[in-house]
Amino acid sequence: MSLALGTAARPRLSAGAMEALAGWALMLPATIAFLAMLLLPTLATVLLAFTDYELGAAAPAWIGLANFADMLTDRGLRTSARNTLAYVGIVAPASVLGGLGLALLVEAGARGRAFFRAVFFLPVVSLSVAMASAWQYLLHPTIGPLNAELRALGLPTPFWLSSSDTVLLSLAAIGIWENIGFTMVLFMAGLTAIPRELYAAAAVDGARGAWDRFRLVTWPLLGPTTLFVVVISLVRALRVFDTVAVLTQGGPNKASEVLLWTMYQEGFTYLRLGYSAAITLVFLVVVLALMALQTRVLDRRVHYG
Amino acid sequence: MGGIAVAGIGKRFGATTALAEVTLEVAAGEFVALVGPSGCGKTTLMRIIAGIERPDAGQVRIGARDVTPLRPADRDVAMVFQSYALYPHLTVRQNIAVPLTMRGLPAWHRLPLAGALLPGARAARARIAQEVARVAEPLGLSALLDRRPAQLSGGQRQRVALARAVIRRPAAFLMDEPLSNLDAALRVQTRREIVEIHRRAGAATLYVTHDQAEALTMADRVAVMLGGRILQVAPPEAIYADPVDLRVAAFIGSPRINTLAAEADAGGQVRVAGLATGLRARAPGPVTLALRPEALRPAAQGLPVAAEHVEFLGDGLLLHARHLPDGAPLVARLDPASPGRVAPGERLALEFDPARALLFGADGARLPTAPAGVAAYA
Repeated sequence: MSLALGTAARPRLSAGAMEALAGWALMLPATIAFLAMLLLPTLATVLLAFTDYELGAAAPAWIGLANFADMLTDRGLRTSARNTLAYVGIVAPASVLGGLGLALLVEAGARGRAFFRAVFFLPVVSLSVAMASAWQYLLHPTIGPLNAELRALGLPTPFWLSSSDTVLLSLAAIGIWENIGFTMVLFMAGLTAIPRELYAAAAVDGARGAWDRFRLVTWPLLGPTTLFVVVISLVRALRVFDTVAVLTQGGPNKASEVLLWTMYQEGFTYLRLGYSAAITLVFLVVVLALMALQTRVLDRRVHYG
Repeated sequence: MGGIAVAGIGKRFGATTALAEVTLEVAAGEFVALVGPSGCGKTTLMRIIAGIERPDAGQVRIGARDVTPLRPADRDVAMVFQSYALYPHLTVRQNIAVPLTMRGLPAWHRLPLAGALLPGARAARARIAQEVARVAEPLGLSALLDRRPAQLSGGQRQRVALARAVIRRPAAFLMDEPLSNLDAALRVQTRREIVEIHRRAGAATLYVTHDQAEALTMADRVAVMLGGRILQVAPPEAIYADPVDLRVAAFIGSPRINTLAAEADAGGQVRVAGLATGLRARAPGPVTLALRPEALRPAAQGLPVAAEHVEFLGDGLLLHARHLPDGAPLVARLDPASPGRVAPGERLALEFDPARALLFGADGARLPTAPAGVAAYA
């Protein structure tokens, strides 16, 4: 309606041009937000990564790939990368398989679906900093309930978060706890999209038990969901920061130093923004590569269209 | 060889009774169509026979075995689903082979890698490939074996579902409205193909449909189901000409059978609005006189009607009229050559052949009729 009036008032613009203009106008807020919050900061980070900029220092100098060369020889960063990989290697598969298992169990149950979904989803929506404090108490070597149980059973009571042998495992356990509800909900959505008739057909065709049904129907038809869950779990695990910042701050002895924590330290403790930006850039490339893997390569093999 | 036999099947979903005391037999080699309107329980009955649903009461026998407690996989049935239920991730070849791979190969043979290496697996696979080729050929699927279901047309998918059903030579075929997703031309063609497949396989076939034309044209016997009960099981001709219940008479036949409220007087003489019909009922009381459209024809005397309009069908005419005393609609199927044009509103009389008239009691049950031995329309 208003478009028609506008055309009448300004005859120079055709109806098509007016519509295009209205479209751009409607997109403006989102475009501004995208530019200001995402694209420009990302570009700034990319540029910073090639400078020696330090907060408070004089004008930054263009140093080319020196930051990246430093990264190759930085032993702290190497530890950090290794820890991150170990963390992702535990958290991502456990979140995917655990989420799938929980989803299958909850779906198979006759009642309480909404209840279990809510219970397992709670960690996803709760504030991870606050939850980290709760974990600090649970895992406390002397007053924590976990070690109290172990002590009662006569088992060894490790210093969960303050021993370099167990700290990464403890953080990984918290990470799984945080992610598993999310993957479960995604898998449950995937499960409801599987036509019931296929299970009936599988039963008539000779599927005798749960495993046959899973192999013939559930697993293949969950393919697209699984791919998405794997990628999202990898990315979420790679991004681990909150629990490290609150519970261990990379310690003890860099045993829980992870990529984002190192980046944060470099940027906001040592104020070496150029180097920090270079780490961020590498991180971004890894995440984007995962996304590209999903959309370009694997998507074709799990959609049966 | 036993075919399919269900006895006393009952099934409730919450407060609604889906099936009540259903008993039905399909002999080996016989093709029985189970026909009824949507929601009458026919699909539920089929799923109970397949073992997908459990009955609350009753027994299912397939191939002379009581299979009531068995899983679908152990019942020796194959089923064609309305949605075809093909596995979207498998090729046509793999889809057709599923009933054999699931039964023929032990679980560890079916593992992706191990299967190829184990002794005996190769021979089993070769045998399966042979069977797939055997069933795919007559259905015209040979060229499509490496496609996925998403790359097939509706008719092709339907054929894949049929091939998957016949590959294992089961004792019983169950077909749940397999033609309802096809367009009209393909449906008529596929009817014949399904009957052919049934003949070749020689198993007992139970075919669920809401389309009476399918039921009448394909089946050896037709079972009419309404409200969770089977009202009549009979050959198509008998279902049409000799229905035992007014609901069967009304469900089968197009256009719908004409019904007129009538009264049997003290002498058993059936009168419509006071007019003697030449029919006699056993007992006095209200009855329903049912007349197929082809049992009516214009005559000098008969039921007084007002013509409404005439439909030309090519091989016949349908005269739509209203019965004057009570306004009941009547349809007569006429020879296209017979009358001249009938103008709307024109009054005429329709007579009927007493031998083809059906009488039903107040409860809908069929009543025997006899010629009254008196002049009709007096």
